[in-house]
Amino acid sequence: MAGRLKDEILHDHNYDGIDRRGFLKCMAWAGTGTLCVMSGGVLKSYSLSRLPELSTKEALGELSFVQISDSHMGFNKPANQDVRGTLKAAVDKINALSAAPEFMLHTGDISHLSKPEEFDTVDQILKNAKPKDVFYVPGEHDVLNDDGKQFLERYGKGSKGAGWYSFDKKGAHFIGLVNVMNLKAGGLGTLGRDQLEWLEDDVKHLKHSAPIVVFAHIPLWSVYPEWGWGTEDSAQALAYLKKFGSVTVLNGHIHQTMQKVEGNVTFHTAASTAFPQPQPGKADSPGPMNVPAEQLKSVLGITDVSYVQAQHALAVVDSTLA
Amino acid sequence: MRRSVSIAVLTAALVLGMGTVAISQKKSLAAAPQKPETTEVKIDNFSFGPGTLTVPVGTNVTWINRDDIPHTVVSTEGVFKSKVLDTDEKFSFTFSKAGTYPYFCSIHPKMTGKVIVQ
Repeated sequence: MAGRLKDEILHDHNYDGIDRRGFLKCMAWAGTGTLCVMSGGVLKSYSLSRLPELSTKEALGELSFVQISDSHMGFNKPANQDVRGTLKAAVDKINALSAAPEFMLHTGDISHLSKPEEFDTVDQILKNAKPKDVFYVPGEHDVLNDDGKQFLERYGKGSKGAGWYSFDKKGAHFIGLVNVMNLKAGGLGTLGRDQLEWLEDDVKHLKHSAPIVVFAHIPLWSVYPEWGWGTEDSAQALAYLKKFGSVTVLNGHIHQTMQKVEGNVTFHTAASTAFPQPQPGKADSPGPMNVPAEQLKSVLGITDVSYVQAQHALAVVDSTLA
Repeated sequence: MRRSVSIAVLTAALVLGMGTVAISQKKSLAAAPQKPETTEVKIDNFSFGPGTLTVPVGTNVTWINRDDIPHTVVSTEGVFKSKVLDTDEKFSFTFSKAGTYPYFCSIHPKMTGKVIVQ
């Protein structure tokens, strides 16, 4: 840590003006990408085009995993009539990564309509990925009609409540949260009191130096409440994580990559493997966005995350399927 | 003169283009008293149209989903609850008692509507 302020960014490595004073807001829209390396509390950002300049050690950490999101298996509207094909392309992309990730996180909307055959298809396609372990949290499309019963039966072994859980990998603590249940009229995503109490207890005994990775479907920061892109009680959850030096929050739901850094917390949303959605407020509604067929793969993607243990660094890299 | 008219038209077009909810609500307010037989609510662009529907007791109201994304129709007070409605799927409910029935889409809770039964 070298006595530096944890939330101060000291250099604008990219000369792109997204640095300054402990608050950094970089939005990497679909089709572009940013690599953020947090080291000793100091965040460095690189654009994907500069990746080849990075040394292997910088680009690849001791722990590497991949996030995929919003597969929407079963969706067949004009925005993408081959969501199987694009999920397969995502698996190909994962299998082509220079360092094989140890596991995958799926941040929900596995299925489009919670149909058993939709889940089956995703399971089958993901079996072809090199990483064999997949950790899931549900999206609202995965818990339709049955309050998430099927989701829990399939993916919720060992989880608490509606499917929340935590696990440790190489000194990093991973927390899967559920914010798509019991949504209230006019409201946003919700974690609920039971889950918040569990979270408080789950992190109570961890060392402050332990890197924390939180993953949930709906963003845990206020991306665009007008479209429901936020979580009512996320502030309470984040308050329990304040004491930690490095917190990475990974979400899906909004079908585009977006990043924000606030103090010790890096928020990141992943692209969908199925179809893009419009930028906040840039359309009448957040419905699927139709793009020309040849551009589709450039607005879908996967997110690769590496963690350098000795440096307490988490690197988040988005790549498109193109 | 002509110029100011065209500016007004343009402004109106912009305003209308920006908010489908606003359009639907306007329509329902104007049409509801004369046409109580209106019994269909369209789900389009992540909103219910009309947002407020006024009907006589005994009316059967049908919701139809015109979006590329599934939605639900769920009474806030637990009076009715649809299964998930995929594109072009419908849900109907007969209102046999007077009252105000607020509802929402349980998948996208920002989507809310109201049926007033008189």
